[in-house]
Amino acid sequence: MWIVRINMTDRSVKFEDVPEKYKYLAGRGLTSHIIYDEVPPLAHPLGPSNKLVFATGIVTGTSAPTSARVSAGGKSPLTGGIKESNAGSPWAHDLAVMRIKALILEGLPEDKKTFWGIHLSWDADAGKPRVEFFDATEYTGKDLYEVSPKLFERFGDRISFAGCGVSGEYGYGNAGIVYNDLAKRPSRYSGRGGLGSVMGSKRVKFIVIDAKGAPGVEIVDKALFDEGRKKMIDAIRSHDITKPKGGLNSFGTAVLINILNEAGGLPTRNFSSGRFEGAAKIAGEALFETNKQRLGKELYNHACSPGCIIQCSNTLYDENGKEITSCVEYESDWALGANCGIDDLDAIGEMVQLCNAYGLDTIETGCTIAVAMEAGVIPFGDAKGAIQLIHEMGKGTHMGRILGAGTETAGKVLGVTRVPTVKGQSMPAYEPRAVKGIGVTYATTTMGADHTAGYTIAPEILSVGGKADPLSNEGKAALSRAFQATTAFIDSSGHCLFIAFPILDIASGYQGMIDECNGVLGTKWTADDVLRIGGEILKVERAFNEAAGFTKAHDRVPEFMKREPLPPHNQVFDIPDEVLDAVYAEL
Amino acid sequence: MEVRVKLYATLVRYVEGIRAGQPISLNLPEGSTIRDVLTVLKIPEEEVKVAFVAGRACPWDTVLKDGDEVGIFSPIGGGKS
Ligand code: SF4
Repeated sequence: MWIVRINMTDRSVKFEDVPEKYKYLAGRGLTSHIIYDEVPPLAHPLGPSNKLVFATGIVTGTSAPTSARVSAGGKSPLTGGIKESNAGSPWAHDLAVMRIKALILEGLPEDKKTFWGIHLSWDADAGKPRVEFFDATEYTGKDLYEVSPKLFERFGDRISFAGCGVSGEYGYGNAGIVYNDLAKRPSRYSGRGGLGSVMGSKRVKFIVIDAKGAPGVEIVDKALFDEGRKKMIDAIRSHDITKPKGGLNSFGTAVLINILNEAGGLPTRNFSSGRFEGAAKIAGEALFETNKQRLGKELYNHACSPGCIIQCSNTLYDENGKEITSCVEYESDWALGANCGIDDLDAIGEMVQLCNAYGLDTIETGCTIAVAMEAGVIPFGDAKGAIQLIHEMGKGTHMGRILGAGTETAGKVLGVTRVPTVKGQSMPAYEPRAVKGIGVTYATTTMGADHTAGYTIAPEILSVGGKADPLSNEGKAALSRAFQATTAFIDSSGHCLFIAFPILDIASGYQGMIDECNGVLGTKWTADDVLRIGGEILKVERAFNEAAGFTKAHDRVPEFMKREPLPPHNQVFDIPDEVLDAVYAEL
Repeated sequence: MEVRVKLYATLVRYVEGIRAGQPISLNLPEGSTIRDVLTVLKIPEEEVKVAFVAGRACPWDTVLKDGDEVGIFSPIGGGKS
């Protein structure tokens, strides 16, 4: 295995052996360690000292189910802290089978006008990957749905790609890294934290992989791996949430709209209420029914990446049976829907498509538009106006650039006080005043407000992995800490985070994950090691953030959440600061 | 007494022609519980994961009162963008 370093200052390429200290690291664990070791904490995120690191997980590229995941890491232009953003794509599989443990983009070219493409393929004679560059300037300034098919025309049907949209070319705080899905759509994202702009700053537009002939992932103990894999498959196939035609496969993640609404925790109209009267109209069930009516048959969801047996990705069709977009995730549905007071599913689908076209993170986009609505730029509920604002972001108009900078900057420019961010990153689709544990995660995670970093929603709302009262403060530091550590491990394992639903409830599935990892690496990890390894990753991320200037004061939710009671429960966020500080103090 | 029941996710199939979240009015004897609602609608308990009354998740033996709204879910999950 190699660490492949591509220096964009002079387009030089280095293959390095994997140092001993990185031997058992992968995914988020590896990206975060490399960032900590190599990026000066005070580096400008869009300057020459920042790096963009891609690393696939431990079992990515193997036959482990639901594991074609890649972590992208760097110093975030949005938060100014460390960032890991995880995505599922054929690209993750392809990177792993080339035996590239980490791909590091560093430096940046003097010539800012030329954008580059990087083409990776397997050189059978040399027995290692081949790296070539191509001029990608012709693909800039354009809609990703327009340019990505050209990559397949040029390099063949079997390729996969990672890239940035115009948002990354502009240097927005809101710019994701895009990857293709199995149907070649530019629709899978390392969305959060502006890493698309780190890529754009280095003048890299696309990284194309043709994995033909690649040797695949080495597995030290195949029998153990197979045993683990079988346990994992059994757990996924038998759990109600992840089984075929179960919750995720039928309704997609947008099935969460109704339950968060019932629980009074669906942030509505820029976090001014926990209930949205239009919730049922935009929920996963409505999406399923809408498709059924329009297509004349039931449509179940598809996999975003090879080898996924959960298959949660939906597609929304219009009245003529033509695809509006894929996919409408819960977070996107909420951000561009309930949070903007918009209850029109087709309009939400169109906005998701536009975010994908321009390379924008849907969560940051929806939160920013809601803040602009609060400022009176357009009224709440104005779908046409919201669509127009996304176009402005894509076109780089003055207003578009202000919004593209992200929710916090837009809030400052527009004079808004209700700005739902932590460490400069906008909050996802769960209200901290109605679901206290997730507020602890938002406040304390190294990532800025991020639900995936410690998904306490599972016990607090979904009754998965135990039960916890969402409105109670009791035990929430410990709950968030345990979820944050476990998540850091899962994000390194190569599995999609959604395996957490079955493995939290089914002990043999949890053991399956550990067996798979031990099988690939030849380690002897136990369940205790999962928490230990996850905790070590968090500590490294935390140390980077501290050196970058973050203090306890950054581990707080915005003031308005402590002052304004949120209907319907009329609660404020009242977790004491000492409890927030205890999350990492006791790690 | 009258309670309004909303079914979600896979549970909609237990009442012909309703959409998820569309309230159904039920007339129940005083002292009825969430479990009684499930019995009336012929929804097997094993298929139900969470039931909400007034925004709070409640056990099946919670006694309902006139005017209550009950939201009932089969197991669901999600939460990534
Ligand atoms: S569960 Fe969904 S998001 Fe995760 S890998 Fe499968 S299709 Fe992709």
